[in-house]
Amino acid sequence: MAETHDDKKGISRRQFLSTTLKTACSVTLMGVGLGFYAQRANALPPLAIRPPGALPENDFLGACIRCGLCVRDCPPQILSLGQLGDDIPTGTPYFIARTGPCVMCEDIPCVKACPTNALDHSLTDIEKARMGLAVVVDQENCIAFQGLRCEVCFNICPLRGDAITLEYRHNPRSGKHAFFIPVVHSDACTGCGLCEKACILEKAAIKVYPIEMAKGELGHHYRFGWKEKAKAGHALVTPDVKHHYNLPEGVRYELQGKGLIFENQKAQPSSGEVPFPSNPLQSLNRKRKESE
Amino acid sequence: MANLPQHAGREAVRTKGWLRAHKWLILRRISQLGILAAFMAGPWLGLWIVKGNLASSLTLDVLPLTDPYILLQALVSGVSPETTAFVGAAIVLVFYSLVGGRVYCSWVCPVNLVTDTAGWLRRKLGIRGGSQTSRSTRYWILAMTLVLSAITGTIVWELVNPVTITLRALLFGTALAWMLVLGVFLFDLFVTHDGWCGHYCPVGAFYSLLNTWAPLRVTAAKREACDDCMDCFNVCPEPQVIRPALKGADKGVGPVILANQCTNCGRCIDVCAKEVFRFGSRFSNDPKTGVDNVKQIQAIGS
Repeated sequence: MAETHDDKKGISRRQFLSTTLKTACSVTLMGVGLGFYAQRANALPPLAIRPPGALPENDFLGACIRCGLCVRDCPPQILSLGQLGDDIPTGTPYFIARTGPCVMCEDIPCVKACPTNALDHSLTDIEKARMGLAVVVDQENCIAFQGLRCEVCFNICPLRGDAITLEYRHNPRSGKHAFFIPVVHSDACTGCGLCEKACILEKAAIKVYPIEMAKGELGHHYRFGWKEKAKAGHALVTPDVKHHYNLPEGVRYELQGKGLIFENQKAQPSSGEVPFPSNPLQSLNRKRKESE
Repeated sequence: MANLPQHAGREAVRTKGWLRAHKWLILRRISQLGILAAFMAGPWLGLWIVKGNLASSLTLDVLPLTDPYILLQALVSGVSPETTAFVGAAIVLVFYSLVGGRVYCSWVCPVNLVTDTAGWLRRKLGIRGGSQTSRSTRYWILAMTLVLSAITGTIVWELVNPVTITLRALLFGTALAWMLVLGVFLFDLFVTHDGWCGHYCPVGAFYSLLNTWAPLRVTAAKREACDDCMDCFNVCPEPQVIRPALKGADKGVGPVILANQCTNCGRCIDVCAKEVFRFGSRFSNDPKTGVDNVKQIQAIGS
């Protein structure tokens, strides 16, 4: 009797272990699958812009509880939730600038609606929002670069003059006209996307991209000499040596000044025998024969 | 003596009348559809009673509710959410700890409408068998989602969670989500009896943990009247929870269903022609209930 009891217990223990192991293995396998799916599904396409105040994407995906309260409280109703099968993580909010840009409400109701701080509640000034960064991405098609007056992106910009400025350039094609080139400044652009929406082209030449995609980054070792010099008050690389010009006697050269200065009349060259032509290109482009 | 699964509840209708044999089912459907209607009145009719969805919501602009399981995933992924979420989760935790964690499953969750339909159809069509998966799989999945949330730093289960995806499909409009719902339906119909909710769903697994100390319970108070018709076992989504309470008189086990997988759906109460079951409290759980008098006297005498 005791033996059979032990036997039974042995079998049930073995059974228990094998079922447990089986379950553990299949769930682990499932987890690996879900993990890989999560990796793929959590990659946000560049056109999808997060609402204002969204934490950096990695933190956002942990903090956003997928409730859609921000979508509900958005006055112009531009936000959508990612759906199963979309490229956007299921249930997370986004907007597409070209079809529905952020209108930058002053009271930022979407942020207030967020129950989890995935939209950072410390954002109270909508002009401090950094949803993305506008980039004049197609200079070949932007008509401002053709010398035409457009400036629609500049004029619609809520931070006109700070986030987008117009840069004046000479138009060499006509020789007498100007280019008014829109230039975006990352220190002021909120990434609202109004410019992208307003762009008059068939497909926008100015587009909002996630900041990390839009911004370049200088090598960390890189220093601009003039900036470092200004910071330190003097040159850091080599001491400032007064440049020595090999000039004929009685002739001085003033950098950023008058140029060549003839100290006495004697040194003043008579016409026809100027040692230094006024156009530097003339001496640079001298043919070999002439220099000999 | 035992009734066929497809005839479950027929006897109860005959003895108690249709309405009383469907009382808890009707109340449950009113609750489920009422909650859905409250959510949908906003986007569909512009009547904003509840904003958000089952992950997190705001009722009448004052009552925040947050799913504690989703919040837990957020926490292990390494973020510190706003207090609103904690308040919402605390309210949910307290409520379900009192009425029974899996009341969420049977009275709130929209997927239950789908799986109940599948289960009903399965009984009527006499579909049996299917894959044998352990009912504890869901706890493994629950653990897996938490580990994975910690590793990936994202709320992992929300990528595929049929519970919130179904509701979001209704509230925010989407196409592919219905494939997931259909998948759950077909799985429950053809592959496993109560397959999704009873074996895999980590949301239900989480809520069943809240069920552990809930005072509100189904009790087989008149278990001596049981005539082994098997109707309750046939309609129960977690039939393993019934036996210890219903058949425990001889083993000194009380009549209250204490297993935390019980969803408090009350369907067993409906279908029992002998009115064995009723809602009660976990505290009136005298093991002597339903022990016949002779045995009771013997027990006292010994």
